[in-house]
Amino acid sequence: MEFIRPSEHNAIPTYRVMDQYGQVINKELDVETSDEEALTLYKNMVCLSIMDLLMFEAQRQGRLSFYMMSAGEEGIAIGTASALTPADVIFCQYRETGVFMQRGFTLDQFMNQLFANSKDYGQGRNMPVHYGSSDLNIHTVSSPLATQIPHAAGAAYAVKLQNQQQSDKEPRVVVCFFGEGAASEGDFHAALNIAATREAPAIFICRNNGYAISTPTRDQYRGDGIASRGAGYGMDTLRVDGNDIFAVRRAVKEARKIALEDGGKPVLIEMMAYRVGHHSTSDDSFAYRQKVEVEDWKRRDNPITRMRKWLEGRGVWDEEKERELRSVLRKDVLKAFEKAEKLKKPAIVNAFAGVYEELTDEAKAHIAELKDILERYPNEYDVDQYEGGLDSLTQALEKKQ
Amino acid sequence: MAASRLFRPASRLLSAARPAAAPRTAFRATAAFQNVARRNYASAGNVKEMTVREALNEAMAEEMEQNEKVFVLGEEVAQYNGAYKVTKGLLDRFGDKRVIDSPITESGFAGLTVGAALAGLHPICEFMTFNFAMQAIDQIINSAAKTHYMSGGIQPCNITFRGPNGFAAGVAAQHSQDFSAWYGSIPGLKVVAPYSAEDAKGLMKAAIRDPNPVVVLENELLYGLSFPMSEAAQKDDFVIPFGKAKIERPGKDLTIVTLSRCVGQSLVAAEQLKKKYGVEAEVINLRSIKPLDIEAIVKSVKKTGHMLCVESGFPSFGVGAEIMALTCEYAFDYLEAPPARITGAEVPTPYAQKLEEMSFPQEDMIVDYAAKLLRV
Repeated sequence: MEFIRPSEHNAIPTYRVMDQYGQVINKELDVETSDEEALTLYKNMVCLSIMDLLMFEAQRQGRLSFYMMSAGEEGIAIGTASALTPADVIFCQYRETGVFMQRGFTLDQFMNQLFANSKDYGQGRNMPVHYGSSDLNIHTVSSPLATQIPHAAGAAYAVKLQNQQQSDKEPRVVVCFFGEGAASEGDFHAALNIAATREAPAIFICRNNGYAISTPTRDQYRGDGIASRGAGYGMDTLRVDGNDIFAVRRAVKEARKIALEDGGKPVLIEMMAYRVGHHSTSDDSFAYRQKVEVEDWKRRDNPITRMRKWLEGRGVWDEEKERELRSVLRKDVLKAFEKAEKLKKPAIVNAFAGVYEELTDEAKAHIAELKDILERYPNEYDVDQYEGGLDSLTQALEKKQ
Repeated sequence: MAASRLFRPASRLLSAARPAAAPRTAFRATAAFQNVARRNYASAGNVKEMTVREALNEAMAEEMEQNEKVFVLGEEVAQYNGAYKVTKGLLDRFGDKRVIDSPITESGFAGLTVGAALAGLHPICEFMTFNFAMQAIDQIINSAAKTHYMSGGIQPCNITFRGPNGFAAGVAAQHSQDFSAWYGSIPGLKVVAPYSAEDAKGLMKAAIRDPNPVVVLENELLYGLSFPMSEAAQKDDFVIPFGKAKIERPGKDLTIVTLSRCVGQSLVAAEQLKKKYGVEAEVINLRSIKPLDIEAIVKSVKKTGHMLCVESGFPSFGVGAEIMALTCEYAFDYLEAPPARITGAEVPTPYAQKLEEMSFPQEDMIVDYAAKLLRV
């Protein structure tokens, strides 16, 4: 009789393409990325980090209620998105702003959501950073933790059927992000098991950034990270260095291939990172970790500096270009910021619409009553600050079922 | 109707020629309440100010001091002192065997604490907010609330579920909703919703001592508010019995039945009603949702003839609906106008600040409704 003793096994290795000095480890394989594409990825990562800093400050000034930064995890989100096709469906947790950025969500679109103005796709109903875009095939971020993982399994099952039925179209996969903390929720286990048994083409990506708000990984799990669980569900699994954007890209490309083999099957990837920022603007992480620990990590290794070292090694980047890029991006972000802050609020009808597919009779009665009051006392209410003034109410009442 | 009389002892109380003493057999004070320190409302004594947060903290600390079976478990409760700092200092004082940080797994840690309770400990299970307790609802309802009954009474479940519930500012639909009616509808659970610091301390201590599963629905926006603590409430044997409402403000013209954060709003509204219309509103702080002190409501309605319920849950099938129904069942003949309710709006809580405000009861709304009800 021999018990399996996890403590006696070697830890699952971490896949890397370049080391922390930006040196490519396997020169023959190289990075499979053109200089041009690499520069785009780098610019997006820098843009994300600048937007994060500015919006964090804006929250501190009281200009928005909440914000979440991606610092230290830019490479995971941007690298993953760059390795997928635009039609692949993505479910995010909340620290994957880079996925949106890489897929083409514009600075204006980010700012519109953050300021909940009339151009916000969420009609001003969500907290900041709960982005979503049907054009980009990214589901809207949902607050309750880990609920997106079973949803992704379900979407992957739907995609599997579509892949079978529409053989003329390029097959798709579903990608789901979550943190190592969320992987403790029951939903994680249920989702991976059902995805495995239904052979759904899903790529589950765990961002293991060391902390779940204040809870460090040693209080979160006792196994070998999240990757060790993949085998338990009979799933192909890989651990990747999340600070290495080229490793992230290669891992996701390969996972995509595996996920589509033989009609489909799920894959688990654990991407190792360090959460440089606070959990959110509601958190002060120096209450539970040393500032020096954060500073060390920032200095030692992060996805942006590592890629910069690689770019400089290639001779396509230098200090002057860096300065110019940062200055341009800062201006771009501030321009979008100012524009979004000045836009009108969502149309008044949004106060009633959206609870159900169609407005209920009761809601229509409320709209009629509100419209009547607003029309009778035009000097009491400033309806111009809302998109279209009273028009949206009129249209809602005129619309036939 | 017959069933109603069978299951609602209050109806027998009302129909009896001479009302008997509290007939609530189902919720009779247990052995744990033998030493209930009855609050002396008249005593001015040595009153000191305390926030609701401090009161909850003190209640837990005192109970942990007195009973080594009591322990706290939840996300961020130990090293981080709680997401809302309610468990501040408990780790330092009681150590990591009794103040335990959990992985992020509501169904896991709620299940673990229920299991610990079934095994004889007295856990306090903190949810970061009751919104997240939805991931553990099966453990609370199907395990905690029912095991005593299903085991034929041999398996007690002395557990306290606590955390902030209801309105919270700027966090949108999935983080800001009132679950009072959900828990209040489950046989086997006791449910309390403290308003003041005294409520918080007395009800929390009672919850920990009570041998049944108790859900303590706190409110994030009340945590930082200060209230006077009477001399009696400062003592470590202070508990508030369940099923007893508190008259926060006496009045003769209108009964306002309310709970949690809405108590404060109703008190402000009552002052305005007096100023604007010379109306004296009686404000009843329910304190506990299950058991519910229908006697207090009936007694007040007999005096005022009018009932307005103010609560922040969704309107359909809510606490307000229950209170109006009970008022009609037991005090219909004393009502001079149809009873009314002010509740949260029938909409997932909006993020937009003004809409968010409008989707929960507001002070001027209470004043307006009361004036309409009283036709003043």
